[in-house]
Amino acid sequence: MPKYPMLEYLWIVPLLPLLGSAVNGIFGAKWPNKIINWVAIGSTGLSFLGALEAVREFFESGRVLFRKEFFTWIATGNFRAGFDLQMDQLTVVMVLVVTGVGWLIHIYATGYMAHEGGYYRFFSYLNLFMFFMLILVLAANYVLLFVGWEGVGLSSYLLIGFYFLRKSAADAGKKAFIVNRIGDFGFMLGMFLLFKTFGTLDFVQLFAKADPWPADAMGHLGTFTIACLLLFMGACGKSAQLPLYVWLPDAMEGPTPVSALIHAATMVTAGVYVVARSHMLFSRAPTAMLAVAIVGCATAFFAATIGLVQTDIKKVLAYSTVSQLGYMFLACGVGAFSAGIFHLMTHAFFKALLFLAAGSVIHAMGGEQDMLRMGGLSKKIRWTYVTMLTATLAIAGFPPFAGFFSKDSILLSAFQNEYGGRNVGYVLYGFGLVTALLTAFYMFRLIFLTFHGKQRYDEHHVHVHESPNNMLAPLMILALLSIVGGWLAAPAFLPGGTDYFAKFLQPVFSPIYRSAEFRVLEPLSVSAEAEAHSLELWLAGIAVVVALAGTVVAYWLYRKRPGKPDGLAKSMKPAYTTLLNKYYVDELYAAAIVKPLLWISTNVLWKGADVAGIDGAVNGIAEGATALGDGVRHAQSGNTRSYAVWVVVGALVVIAVIFFWPFGGKAVVGMVH
Amino acid sequence: MLHGGHLLSVLIFFPAVGALALLLLRGDDHKFIRIIALIVSLAEFLFSLLMIRAVPVGAAGYHLEEYLKWINQPPIHYHLGVDGISLFLMILTTFLTPISILASWKSIEHRVKEFFVMLLMLEVGVVGVFLSLDLFLFFLFWEVMLIPMAFLIGIWGHERRVYAAVKFVLYTMAGSILMLVGIIWLYNATGTFDLPTIQTLLHTPASQGGLELAPRTEMLLFLAFFLAFAIKVPLFPLHTWLPDAHVEAPTAGSVMLAGVLLKMGTYGMIRFCLPLFPEASRRAAGWVAVLAIIGIIYGALVAMVQPNLKKLVAYSSVSHLGFVVLGIFAFHNISMQGAVYQMLAHGISTGALFLLVGMLYDRRHTFEISEYGGLATPMPKLAAFFLFVALSSLGLPMLNGFVGEYLVLLGTYQRHWGWATWAALGVILSACYLLWSYQRVFFGEITREKNRTLPDASAREKWILATVAVVTLWMGIGSTFITKRTAAAAQDVIDQVEPQRPYEAAAPNIVAPNVLTTDGATTRAKQIPSSAATKVALTERLGTR
Repeated sequence: MPKYPMLEYLWIVPLLPLLGSAVNGIFGAKWPNKIINWVAIGSTGLSFLGALEAVREFFESGRVLFRKEFFTWIATGNFRAGFDLQMDQLTVVMVLVVTGVGWLIHIYATGYMAHEGGYYRFFSYLNLFMFFMLILVLAANYVLLFVGWEGVGLSSYLLIGFYFLRKSAADAGKKAFIVNRIGDFGFMLGMFLLFKTFGTLDFVQLFAKADPWPADAMGHLGTFTIACLLLFMGACGKSAQLPLYVWLPDAMEGPTPVSALIHAATMVTAGVYVVARSHMLFSRAPTAMLAVAIVGCATAFFAATIGLVQTDIKKVLAYSTVSQLGYMFLACGVGAFSAGIFHLMTHAFFKALLFLAAGSVIHAMGGEQDMLRMGGLSKKIRWTYVTMLTATLAIAGFPPFAGFFSKDSILLSAFQNEYGGRNVGYVLYGFGLVTALLTAFYMFRLIFLTFHGKQRYDEHHVHVHESPNNMLAPLMILALLSIVGGWLAAPAFLPGGTDYFAKFLQPVFSPIYRSAEFRVLEPLSVSAEAEAHSLELWLAGIAVVVALAGTVVAYWLYRKRPGKPDGLAKSMKPAYTTLLNKYYVDELYAAAIVKPLLWISTNVLWKGADVAGIDGAVNGIAEGATALGDGVRHAQSGNTRSYAVWVVVGALVVIAVIFFWPFGGKAVVGMVH
Repeated sequence: MLHGGHLLSVLIFFPAVGALALLLLRGDDHKFIRIIALIVSLAEFLFSLLMIRAVPVGAAGYHLEEYLKWINQPPIHYHLGVDGISLFLMILTTFLTPISILASWKSIEHRVKEFFVMLLMLEVGVVGVFLSLDLFLFFLFWEVMLIPMAFLIGIWGHERRVYAAVKFVLYTMAGSILMLVGIIWLYNATGTFDLPTIQTLLHTPASQGGLELAPRTEMLLFLAFFLAFAIKVPLFPLHTWLPDAHVEAPTAGSVMLAGVLLKMGTYGMIRFCLPLFPEASRRAAGWVAVLAIIGIIYGALVAMVQPNLKKLVAYSSVSHLGFVVLGIFAFHNISMQGAVYQMLAHGISTGALFLLVGMLYDRRHTFEISEYGGLATPMPKLAAFFLFVALSSLGLPMLNGFVGEYLVLLGTYQRHWGWATWAALGVILSACYLLWSYQRVFFGEITREKNRTLPDASAREKWILATVAVVTLWMGIGSTFITKRTAAAAQDVIDQVEPQRPYEAAAPNIVAPNVLTTDGATTRAKQIPSSAATKVALTERLGTR
């Protein structure tokens, strides 16, 4: 028995959900729901326990990094891609979030999906997703990470298109996969460039080799910058950032537990994870860092504005997710990787909760998703309301809820950002702050429209009912996490605060302080520390005020003056319709890319070049040959005298060639001999 | 290790014996004929698996050679041999033949005996092509293979079968005539048809009795061979025979055509073009790569808009084979390995796509996508298999297509990042055409009443598809079983055409910044694949050096 059995057999953690997926997928069609539940929840639950045990052993071993090669998957020349898993503090966070939240959502789904067809198929896909997501976060090299990366894309495709009879669902699944592939195109090229430069794609070796290299200068397109930008392109696809975010809102076609697990808590954060994982590279590419920060910040703001006017409850949450992911990238882009990862974690809690609670609302409303047809639900579905309000307070950034701490540290880092100069930092901070205002507004708009005011549905048709316990229990656990989760990162100068999270991730991210030449961080003096604390307090105060302002505006518009929003929409019609139609980005892509590509492929390439051009020429030659043969045929007249004439003519030609042809004479004579 | 004897001859002609046996049978007992054909092809497959042991890991050169005098004047030898590359292509052939036979179990109803005879004769020709080491013998098998294929298309095909068969034969013949000229030219210059001998002579300086070609001559010879192979691949713009041939061919014909016949072209490039004419290959590489890249993107775009499902798959082959050609002409050992792997992976997954399309055709007798829609409801199992195969074809990691595609792109990127970048667009486009067509065929509500009652996969179909799926998965995960056996042969080819750069040798040696500029100097000597059989003849000719 090895000393650390779970670490030594770490592959068991991802393999369990894969087994669950295979068992349910192959045999589940004939099984009752109960057995399927056991397989699905059992495999992910065991996987969660295994992960916990592995984490415990990891800490017990006291190592900075645990790494093990299980088998070689691809090897040729100097290239090797192994099935190698690793565990460090960053992995610990990700693995626990994925298995823990994943397990809760599995439980919830047994209630939510209880009356749906294709039950076994759903859980088979969901378990498959868990497998690939665990591979993604446990992988010890970029190629294996890419396995998980593409694999979660596949699971996402399958789950978005779960209701494949609906064209919109099938379309959304396909769109998600293809847009992700566009990002993966960049991701692959990034891997190729890294391999060309460093000769390996293994994290440990690669980062060790990258360590002594100086950073690319700001504004200089060196290897690091290009490689990082290419990796970031992949991250933009997976984590729905500008301009590749378009698939995520459509992905809401999938069942709500899927939206919670894949399109809020885990998969969409994979891009953030990759950037954080590659911090050794990114921290040497200031231009790429600036790009990450700007794209993240722009996405956060852009998506939040769209979220202001959506009326579909899941669409609001979807744009909110895009926006929050933008925050995480903003954090990474300003070098605050641990803040980004912390927001990833708290976001996993409260956004999963928001989606699950929204699912509970939809469940209660018999499938209705339009908030304009809800209202006054707070008394009827009390627990759903309470938990959803908790999550809303968290995402809006009210202390002491989780989102307050994580968002606060991001805004602070943005404020102090030095990539590209202080002013850039102020702009990033400014947009981040405005986004916080918008967030508080659209979230409370959601709460007020859904749970307060008059009921706007027909009670004779909709029988509002609270969800069963297997759906409520995960809600409550997540609500608890949304309240207390933030204290992990509470700054040390607050009562009860230890700044634990940043210290925890220190071993992973500390090299940035060691070797990033462009940003030497010296230990702060006591007075400087006090100054930093007062700045932090000031910024926190501003953030709370802003969140309050957003809430008050929402309260005023949707509770006090219910007619006002319509009036506003009318008076600002162009702006309103632009937002409602999501800035017409989908239409733009369709008109500028999809339609021209299809038209050119059909008319120019296929019917033009292929059929008329190349094949026309080929058939032309064939017809020419036929015509020629037809012409020459007439020489075969059967008339002896005409043959004699041909013989004479032929002989004359040969003689003429021999004597008068400048090059061929000898050859012909040679042939005769 | 297995030794000598006539194992390879047995391997080539065993299906011919089977075909002969079939000819002696009465034609009306269809079931018996099918069973005999299946048994013969299965035995052949199992036998071919044994050959894996004959090719030791890491050992370059040819194995299990047979070298017999066949014709005295001109001196043509019956020279066979197998190396890592031909080994797996041969196994691919023997694997797909029983699959094709099973796929034709129900769909071939007339001239059953002749059909299976043709299929087995096709196997003879293809296996012969992969194992021949004598140019004349190679050419013979190359042409022999045409006849059964033409009949398969022309007799058991669909509406425009005769047009497609004639087009297929003429197209291929146009190329092979040129190759014949090249072969005869080489014979005139060297006095032999033996591949290893010619290869050694071409790599030996004239002062030591070798044959040095003038650049222009070499280029013409290269083109003579290359054109024949490029048509077979098919490389853009020589591909227009392929969609017609595929659409008209019966399922088994399509499987064999896409699965192995196309690979004869890329195999020829690896076996003949690069080693025999390295200088010309280097000069032509840029042009070939551009055509390959055009093929990748163009094939994918045209596939995307096909209303005919089988044509879509056919055009996707143009795209996938573009990757193979690109990998070959990037002259990098990783991309070369990737090209070989992609050949095998494409054989399996595109073969499987044709199987599935054929199964749909058996039910509805149409290839038009618009005739389908919503098929996942009546036939969930077939839909699941189709998705699985489509995913392997679009290169999902852990399935076979990824390994080849990734290695090709990775290796190509090391030499020419621009090529790899353009080619990588194919990764996006393959997802587009496969998922879009999949959606139109399987997702949504049923649009045609007839489709509502279609039966799901039968037991026979499930066995076929499950077998293919297992191989697909295995090739995606256990790729090293194959790559470690093809490595030496692939490295040999690369060594002859372009010397290895030192920093790419065995292990990367970049430990500190700024050592990346050590480029150029050669460290490895050229290695001609060794042929024990022709060594004697060569030493006689060149003297002891």
